[in-house]
Amino acid sequence: MSIHASPRAVSTSRWRPVAARVDRFAGAVFILPAVVIILAFSIFPLLTSLYVSLSRLGFSEGGVQLKFVGFDNYAKLLFGIDRPHFLGIGGTLTPIGIAVLVAIYGLFAFLLYRYARGPNLTVGGLVGRVLATAIAGTLVWLVVNTILSSGRPGTLVVTLVYVAVDVSVQYLLGLGLALLVVQHLPGRRFFRVVFLLPMMITPVGVAYLFRMLVDTSKGPLYPLWAHFGLTDISWVTNPWGARLAIMVGDVWQWTPFIFIVLLAAIETLPHELVEAAVVDGANRLQVFWRITFPQILPATITVVLIRIIEGFKIVDLPNVLTNGGPGTATESLTLHAYTIWRALDIGGSAAVAYMLLIVVTFVGVSYVNLFRPRAAAAA
Amino acid sequence: MAIIRRRGGSVSTTSISFPAMTLSYIALFAWTFVVLFPLYWLAVTALKTPLEVNGGPFYIPWRDFQPTLDSWHYIFFDLREDTFRPYTNTVVVGLTSTAITVLLGSMAAYALVRMRYQVGFGAIGSFVVALAIAVVVVVAGGPWPVGVVAGIAVFVLLLQTVARRFKRGVGNDDIAFWMISQRMLPPVATVIPIYIFFQQLQLLDTWAALIITYTAAHLPIVVWLMRDYFQSVPVELEESAAIDGASPYRIFRSIVLPLAVPGLVATFLFVLVFAWNEYLIALFLTSANAQTLPLTVAAQNATRGPQWWYMSVLILIMIGPVIAMAIALERFIARGLLVGAVKG
Repeated sequence: MSIHASPRAVSTSRWRPVAARVDRFAGAVFILPAVVIILAFSIFPLLTSLYVSLSRLGFSEGGVQLKFVGFDNYAKLLFGIDRPHFLGIGGTLTPIGIAVLVAIYGLFAFLLYRYARGPNLTVGGLVGRVLATAIAGTLVWLVVNTILSSGRPGTLVVTLVYVAVDVSVQYLLGLGLALLVVQHLPGRRFFRVVFLLPMMITPVGVAYLFRMLVDTSKGPLYPLWAHFGLTDISWVTNPWGARLAIMVGDVWQWTPFIFIVLLAAIETLPHELVEAAVVDGANRLQVFWRITFPQILPATITVVLIRIIEGFKIVDLPNVLTNGGPGTATESLTLHAYTIWRALDIGGSAAVAYMLLIVVTFVGVSYVNLFRPRAAAAA
Repeated sequence: MAIIRRRGGSVSTTSISFPAMTLSYIALFAWTFVVLFPLYWLAVTALKTPLEVNGGPFYIPWRDFQPTLDSWHYIFFDLREDTFRPYTNTVVVGLTSTAITVLLGSMAAYALVRMRYQVGFGAIGSFVVALAIAVVVVVAGGPWPVGVVAGIAVFVLLLQTVARRFKRGVGNDDIAFWMISQRMLPPVATVIPIYIFFQQLQLLDTWAALIITYTAAHLPIVVWLMRDYFQSVPVELEESAAIDGASPYRIFRSIVLPLAVPGLVATFLFVLVFAWNEYLIALFLTSANAQTLPLTVAAQNATRGPQWWYMSVLILIMIGPVIAMAIALERFIARGLLVGAVKG
């Protein structure tokens, strides 16, 4: 990165000594407010949270007191009594589960093998990749073992499912809509505005809205349910029905975000390449895969990363739409942390929050490492 | 899924064939329906009586049921204060925190694009050591001013002595990555200490607590969006202004900000939407006085079951201003969001 308007070059003006003195600090003045606020309200709370997660709240004579208990809270989540709530209960795998496991582990092994035999091999890179693969493998095992089996998933698995399903569906829909709207059809401005709307609505509102919509006895889809004789069941008492309702709500709300970012990316592309390709007889599919898609890849990678990060924080929808129920079937990690905070288990709550942080960081960093080189290569 | 399969490409000069156009419109109107029907349902529910809501689906006012403004009357006149107070809170907190966030965030983003930073590992190391000492002092039971003073003293001492020996350090990209990565922090991991912090300052349930917390929570996203935008703004104007003797502040205010209006507007709208609709932090930090609208909406789920009719009215008056802004500013949004447009 090169220096452009260097503050020091400006400050040498001897006509304005006072201004020059101030200018010398311009670099600090511009960036310090943001750094200080982020430090004060993200980093310090984070460190405090770490300490809280290692302690337990006890009631003493003088009021409440935090007692240091080491990794007890984490052990409880991973191995102890909170394990079914957090990780879920494993069961015997279904044939599909076994097939999925074999396929994914095969893919991991292939990627590692390719890297190990490739030209870019370094010791650090190999160790990092083996470690990342091991963690990813554990997460995959956890998901498959609780979902594609006789077991039931915990809040960690449910959150991972929300993120994976929501972001993929949102991306496909958002991309499709962006490609449709970018065509010069009459009325495109109308569609652009309308498609943006769901994003503006408070997630709490979206949750209630979808609770109304999926109601089988008085919701607008009643005739449909009646036709199939489903009016007696309630979506929100069936675990997968409830999760589906939440995912539909989330997709409805956040598809606009991906839509608008990709639309902006496509609209700023130069037309010449596409026109040349069309002249050369390329069809639409070829134009998309060979020209448009590679050029919007950087925007794609960034917007998907934003959505993954935000997706992990999902809380309003499950809290309002299903109250985390039936049981804890739809609870996300944030909601899990909130409910046990309300039960005054502050240490346990902080431990859940920290596990969430670890998972988000792992997924985010792996994602960036996986796709950054490709974006650079495609550019 | 016709919506996904129809890929239009960014062909602007080629004409679209009739079947392609028909399919495109079918897909577009299908999604329009998906978007608008829930909003329509919200609007009609706000015009129903509880009996009509519970009596089964009634779709069209005047034909299926007689619309009434009872719920609106209840929200605006019977509840009155309980509606207007959260509304004022939301407006004040949303606008203030967004304005501060966008200002500070674009300053940082601009600086990260146009100025060069070199923070030595020595300085960062000294800071960490000083922080650890301060934390140890406080945890060990010392009064917090002692901890802070001890920390600052150690920091200055180390900075002036040991830190100068380290040559390597972090640059702009590292700082930017650090800031942006803060967005990964789940709010639930930081909100408990923030709660305790504001409790100590006796600022719980105030505008200030929410404004400060929202600013911190949304700064990373402003830095992220505005950094991409500033990278696309040509630098020549700034250079000539600098040669003419304009100060960095002057350049930023008079040249950079006006050029970046689309980016600023789009970012402002995004952050405003986040702050306007925020639920979790408000849930922790407010109780009665500073309660914001999302909490009021959530509170309509009374023991008698959800009060759909009141809830619909509340949601409608809540989303009204934001939607109006989105419609008015729509043309800025696509121009202002250059996410990942410049490879960095």
